[in-house]
Amino acid sequence: MLLLGQSGAGKSTLLQALAGVLADDEGEREGTMLVDGRPPAPGRAGLVLQDPDSQLILARVGDDVAFGCENLGVQRDETWRRVHEALDAVGLDVALDRSTSALSGGQKQRLALAGVIAMQPGLILLDEPTANLDPQGVTEVRDAVVRVAQLTGATLIVIEHRVAVWQGVVDRVVVLETGGGAIADGDPGSVLGARGAELAAGGVWVAGHPPARPARRHRAAEQLMLETRELSVGRSRMAVQEGIDLRVCGGATLAITGPNGAGKSTLGLTLAGLLPPVGGEVVAGAELAGDAGPHPIKWRSRQLLTRIGTVFQQPEHQFIAATVRAELEVGPKALGLSDSETRTRVSELLDRLRLASLAEANPFTLSGGEKRRLSVATALATRPRVLVLDEPTFGQDSRTWSELVALLAGLVDDGTAVVTITHDLDLVDALADATVTLS
Amino acid sequence: MTTVNPVAKLAAALLLAICLVLTIDWVSATVALALEFVVFAFIRMKARVFWLRTLPVWIAAPLTGVTIALYGQTDGAIYFEFALARVSDGSITLAIATVLRVLAIGLPAVVLFVSIDPTDLADGLAQRAKLPARFVLGALAGMRLVPLFMEDWRSLELARRARGVADTGRIRRIAGQAFALFVLSIRRGSALATAMEARGFGAPAQRTWARESPWGSREWLVMAAGLSIGLVAIAAAVLSGRWNFIVGP
Repeated sequence: MLLLGQSGAGKSTLLQALAGVLADDEGEREGTMLVDGRPPAPGRAGLVLQDPDSQLILARVGDDVAFGCENLGVQRDETWRRVHEALDAVGLDVALDRSTSALSGGQKQRLALAGVIAMQPGLILLDEPTANLDPQGVTEVRDAVVRVAQLTGATLIVIEHRVAVWQGVVDRVVVLETGGGAIADGDPGSVLGARGAELAAGGVWVAGHPPARPARRHRAAEQLMLETRELSVGRSRMAVQEGIDLRVCGGATLAITGPNGAGKSTLGLTLAGLLPPVGGEVVAGAELAGDAGPHPIKWRSRQLLTRIGTVFQQPEHQFIAATVRAELEVGPKALGLSDSETRTRVSELLDRLRLASLAEANPFTLSGGEKRRLSVATALATRPRVLVLDEPTFGQDSRTWSELVALLAGLVDDGTAVVTITHDLDLVDALADATVTLS
Repeated sequence: MTTVNPVAKLAAALLLAICLVLTIDWVSATVALALEFVVFAFIRMKARVFWLRTLPVWIAAPLTGVTIALYGQTDGAIYFEFALARVSDGSITLAIATVLRVLAIGLPAVVLFVSIDPTDLADGLAQRAKLPARFVLGALAGMRLVPLFMEDWRSLELARRARGVADTGRIRRIAGQAFALFVLSIRRGSALATAMEARGFGAPAQRTWARESPWGSREWLVMAAGLSIGLVAIAAAVLSGRWNFIVGP
């Protein structure tokens, strides 16, 4: 069963209640919920969450799968038999003492799934299990889930914004309404057919209702902003990518793609003047550099503001103020802009990114989509000539997606250079003028 | 060495340390150190690994020594005096005894811990030392988050440069980063707690253990070795008349 609904409709809460992990003192409850005729408890239902890193419990693959069995009091021989069976079922063919943190995103999610099925639950609950994965990881996990459902005969409930991933494999689609109740319940064809437009407007990715894409104006003259020469990048002295030669031009979008772990983010941070090159150099065009010198890594923090803006993969990493408004004022204030100019820029951004009603809220309390919009807005407040974004559409619903794409297209048309790291093929398709694929 | 139950290693290091902190004389520390080197020779640890891992102890010990030589209790001839610092016969003897003692307690502790696997230690603490499983496993799982926190910290630092606030006010910035890391860590921690709970952690069932935590004569032997080195050292101090009980005159 595929569970849909706008963000805030209570999809995750419902899943956690079914899994038996909602504490009695969390919020209010009404009515009854029975799993197999009894109140829900861990063991009868297994839950796989979105973030691969925060559900690895132990350091070794075998131990991690065995963890659930141990908690349920399964005998040792039986536990290890189930561990082998579960790893086989999810197709994870690695040694039992393999380090869990050395696995790829898709492997980590399959490991979490193996840990769940080793407990032999009758109900498997998946809360956006593929939202943080690259396209290969998405297919890997989806196929493992389908195989497990066939092997075990367990009931499956999955929450996912990207309907296409699951559309062909679920028997039933339920749409929850914000405020309570289900507004649709039936087979995928009829629910998505009847409710497709409405769901798409609410942010769900429905086939046949793609998010709106902006029309692009094409600019003839492109101005060189950044250029790399024989660039090697890495977080330490070890290079993860070598010999990169690329050009970043005003009025154009450069997409950097490649599998997880290929060094995309590292390249992005190096281009943005935040990480020093391991070898070679990043050179700024004369007009971008101005009086700051040719190498972005040597610029002062304040000099970066009007030159290169960076939007981090995790918005929380770049929030430094107590309110949304103060967050937007940080850049203009660091530049020493007048109060009136700062006010104008901030209120313009608040309106443009639908954040005006949240101006006094704490950035950490916003929803995923709101955080993403705010993190982009903070970079735009100082009007940088180059904007580097790391996975800007990661885990976003289709509504935030089309807003972001429209915003970025507008910036590019006005002459900004946009560099985006992404494995979202729709984003590449909608925006990229050039693509660099790392392997 | 790797097959000895980590709890036995922990206990051996503790027993030895308890014996050695009872007195502050140079005889007991020297005897203990000499016996320890004999043991080190038998366990065939690679020389490079030994020096690399024990390096902090070799640095810390002389530093403590210098401090005690300067500020330790004055006794006998005074060689040097400046402000509160006073180097005398008494403070020098105390300094030597302290350096030897830091080495005698620190080196075996490091050597015993180098080969400990956290998962095995947790298994041992819960199954053998009978510490509460909830506490031990919670701590073990929490430790897995440490590398993630380190990555978070690096990103927070880069992000501050990107936001234009990294040129000045370093101390205030670090305080802000620490707070942000704190918020992020609570979030990661509660996600991990949910994942653990969903896998039946804390369920009413009697927990079983997938991994055995072996315990036999070898474990008793390791503990006995730690205790005997300590006792021999104490005996040597008492017999040589250098016994200097830490409490009392």
